[in-house]
Amino acid sequence: MFDTALTTADLIFLAKGAWMTIVVTAISVLIGTVLGIVFGVFRYQVGAIWASPLTFVLDIFRSIPLLIQLVLANAFLGTILRLNMSGFTIACLVLSLYTAAYCSEIVRGGIEAVPATTRRAARSLGMTWGQDMREIVMPLATRVALPSWIGLALGVMKDSALVYVVQVTELLKSTQILITRLQEPLFLLLICGTFYFVISFPLARFGGYLEKRWSND
Amino acid sequence: MFNYTFQWKQAMARLPQMLDGAIVTMQVAILSMVIGVLLAILLTMFRLSGSRILSAIAKTWVEVARNTPALFQIYMAHFGLGSFGLHLSPFMSLLLGITFNNAGYLAENFRGALKAIPDTQTRAARSLGFGATDAFRYVVLPQMLRIAFLPMTNQMVWAILMTSLGVTVGMNTDLFGVTQDLNALTFRTFELFAIAAVIFYVITKIVTLGARLLAIRLFRY
Repeated sequence: MFDTALTTADLIFLAKGAWMTIVVTAISVLIGTVLGIVFGVFRYQVGAIWASPLTFVLDIFRSIPLLIQLVLANAFLGTILRLNMSGFTIACLVLSLYTAAYCSEIVRGGIEAVPATTRRAARSLGMTWGQDMREIVMPLATRVALPSWIGLALGVMKDSALVYVVQVTELLKSTQILITRLQEPLFLLLICGTFYFVISFPLARFGGYLEKRWSND
Repeated sequence: MFNYTFQWKQAMARLPQMLDGAIVTMQVAILSMVIGVLLAILLTMFRLSGSRILSAIAKTWVEVARNTPALFQIYMAHFGLGSFGLHLSPFMSLLLGITFNNAGYLAENFRGALKAIPDTQTRAARSLGFGATDAFRYVVLPQMLRIAFLPMTNQMVWAILMTSLGVTVGMNTDLFGVTQDLNALTFRTFELFAIAAVIFYVITKIVTLGARLLAIRLFRY
């Protein structure tokens, strides 16, 4: 097993895949979070009935396999609209919306966790809606939402393994390419799995720590 | 604006084949969920057992399942076990991968649920003469499953969505696999996958609604 045909060039190839995974994840989580906050605040603010069209659309992203979302987006943008977008753009686009769908749920939950009395007190003290949101709701909601958000970001990193369907060579795909060539599946998969684990495990632990620390005070 | 003719009729003609695929998808999801719940209960018991080795096994399982992509786990079942000379069919690899994933996530949910059950429950059961296993089986377990019911529903939905990954190890009888094959035959990518998406959506809605009704029936008291 340790007698491997893996060369330095192959390792660089894997590293490039890993970098692609990180870039796609970073972009999607960033855009997705911003969108998610906007959607989440909007959904909370206008109430369940008026927000229902948005809720419905976001729910679709959570009820359909990501693989199908990617294939559909690729077919729609590429074959029907003929937009000539790169696979990378499509991957980021779909993953961003996917993140936003989950994030809006987290944000809404966070806002709902802030006691109404606290907010009324803030408004009675003469704070505007914006001040109330910024100074009162945001710090309190963050405590509830941040641990779940870390979980979401890690989930997106793991789900980004699926963007190979739109011709983006991320870590798992580059591993698979090497497996086909070198025929050493176990060794290569272990490298790939270790990479995911090393990134995900400490962050997941950190999220768990925050959750514990912030839960009862 | 665009120069594309939708061919819904052609795609709809394939609907029966896709519905057959949906049945296979449900079979995989339900099987993986049932075995996953049983394994998760076992892992939870490992953690409670007080044995270091058993709880280390449970912890490793949970952390690996939660911190690596599901697709990686399916690859591991297919190609990884393959290098030990254990060649699984695509169906078995997919089932094994998803079950492993389910068990890990569910064990973590169960652990969270256990925290919500006061120690006094076990102690009361023990003082009434229950053995350790009986106390877990008849007193703790039902409460745990009740608290973990919603996360279990979510996991079921994820299991359904995860079955679409089977196509990467050559599965071609599930909903995604069938759609992929039809796509290779007809090249109506958008139409076919849109139908598949609708089927997936309907299935997940039926499952979540069914779970909600079941919860009302099960947790009346």
